[in-house]
Amino acid sequence: MYPFSFTKVSDTREALNAGRHGGRYIAGGTTLVDLMRETVERPETLVDITGLPLREVTVAERGGLRIGALVRMAEAAAHPKVRTLYPVISQALELSASAQLRNMATIGGNIMQRTRCTYFRDLTAACNKREPGSGCAAREGVNRTHAILGTSDACVATHPSDVAVAFAALEASVHLLGPDGERTVPFADFLLRPGSTPNREQALRQGELITAVEIPALPRPLKSGYLKVRDRQSYEFALTSAAVALHVRGGVIREAKVAAGGVGTVPWKLPGVEQHLLGERPSQSLWAEAAKQAADGARPLDHNRFKVELLQRTVERQLRIVGGTK
Amino acid sequence: MSTELTESAVPPTTESSSDPSRRTFIATTTVVGGAVVAGGLIASPLLGAQEAAAAEAPPSSRVRLTVNGKRHTVTVDNRTSLLDLLRERLDLPGTKKGCNAGACGACTVLVDGQRVNSCLTLAVRLEGAEVTTIEGLAPGGADGELHPLQAAFVEQDAFQCGYCTPGQIMSGVGCIQEGHTGSKDEIREWMSGNICRCGCYVKIVRAVEQTARGK
Repeated sequence: MYPFSFTKVSDTREALNAGRHGGRYIAGGTTLVDLMRETVERPETLVDITGLPLREVTVAERGGLRIGALVRMAEAAAHPKVRTLYPVISQALELSASAQLRNMATIGGNIMQRTRCTYFRDLTAACNKREPGSGCAAREGVNRTHAILGTSDACVATHPSDVAVAFAALEASVHLLGPDGERTVPFADFLLRPGSTPNREQALRQGELITAVEIPALPRPLKSGYLKVRDRQSYEFALTSAAVALHVRGGVIREAKVAAGGVGTVPWKLPGVEQHLLGERPSQSLWAEAAKQAADGARPLDHNRFKVELLQRTVERQLRIVGGTK
Repeated sequence: MSTELTESAVPPTTESSSDPSRRTFIATTTVVGGAVVAGGLIASPLLGAQEAAAAEAPPSSRVRLTVNGKRHTVTVDNRTSLLDLLRERLDLPGTKKGCNAGACGACTVLVDGQRVNSCLTLAVRLEGAEVTTIEGLAPGGADGELHPLQAAFVEQDAFQCGYCTPGQIMSGVGCIQEGHTGSKDEIREWMSGNICRCGCYVKIVRAVEQTARGK
């Protein structure tokens, strides 16, 4: 690990001041400390923001939910409002990492976490994300766990978060605070596809701070849930996953929110699947027909062709679990 | 009670030099090995300016924290993990270093009552924190009565090599406190952050279940 100076801030003004001067924010630290030890990350100054008052879960103005950036994953998952209003968020969180890590890691840090691509973490490998212009060892390398959607010639790494998939499905927004004040970015615009600049991962400006993630109000009753498919049953990243939320009234699907994880360079919203469901009556065949579109546009690599069918099956199964079978 | 340790402080040793204990031997070997590696690095042309500067005086900070009820004031290199602070500075080697990357759970301790991976916890961030390690778990101290979960691990024979055991027990204490012991499946899921290479999972789950039921 490279040496760094350390400062703990007690209010957002202090934080922004440190951030403007190049300080790197640290909250749970579960990704950052690990990557610093591998010398993939080399911040010169760490700014501990865990003392900031961003640890509340509150009902937002129009009935949505606002989760403070420093709410721990374990706290968010266990929060009664989250559990009852958005089970998909609780489930995605509790299927992530381990109990220890969920006690440390925060919501803001979770969506900032970096890819688990082994070449990104291997300093001897080419990686455009770590070292722009050096190439991508994963493209022709061992790429079984890599992305099939949203990839570019420069990068095929997946975004590893589960709860970000739920946030993408629910069309959340990210509240930011910077030197120029507050702004809100739709979740779909917050995490960036790699394109030719995979080193740029979030739509954050220098020194900006995530203050909260807001989930919009959705019509009730809303059924939702998260399914994660992986190589071992627990404590593993997703090969594929599906976040689904459905509002059914009068026997007809009026709202459908669907996104997939483990397959995209960013959490992958599935508008084709959603459109197929709207206005239809739930049935086994509807789930199957809708899920066929889950992998539209997929560009599999040598070792991850299996993800195309696995993704379709994952989405179909989760539609069936959330939507029922009548 | 409190102790003052500085970067240069060397923990007192009770072993005579003619009778080195296993720990003293390992510690000595590690220091020699570390010196060789450091020498190699300094000679390397790949050494960054940031790291070269650090060889002089790496940024450090003073931290006050409580470990197993005992207050400590320590000056740590900012890079020091809680795990290394415990093992190398505070003479508490019960907490184990497995992967050093948050993937195995061997380093699990309680910080302010919550189970965490001490390898990913920077000591510099623990101002005012209360840490409990395996050494501080037994109510009767080192020679007294065991914590019920420690006793259950012995009774169930829930280990072979024992390296993951302190982390398993600290994690199990957290799991029971959190109330995730409703079934064997629930225990397995909520203990999945602790890997046991010997594969003693069945007995580990039994030990956690037995202790949770006994509460």
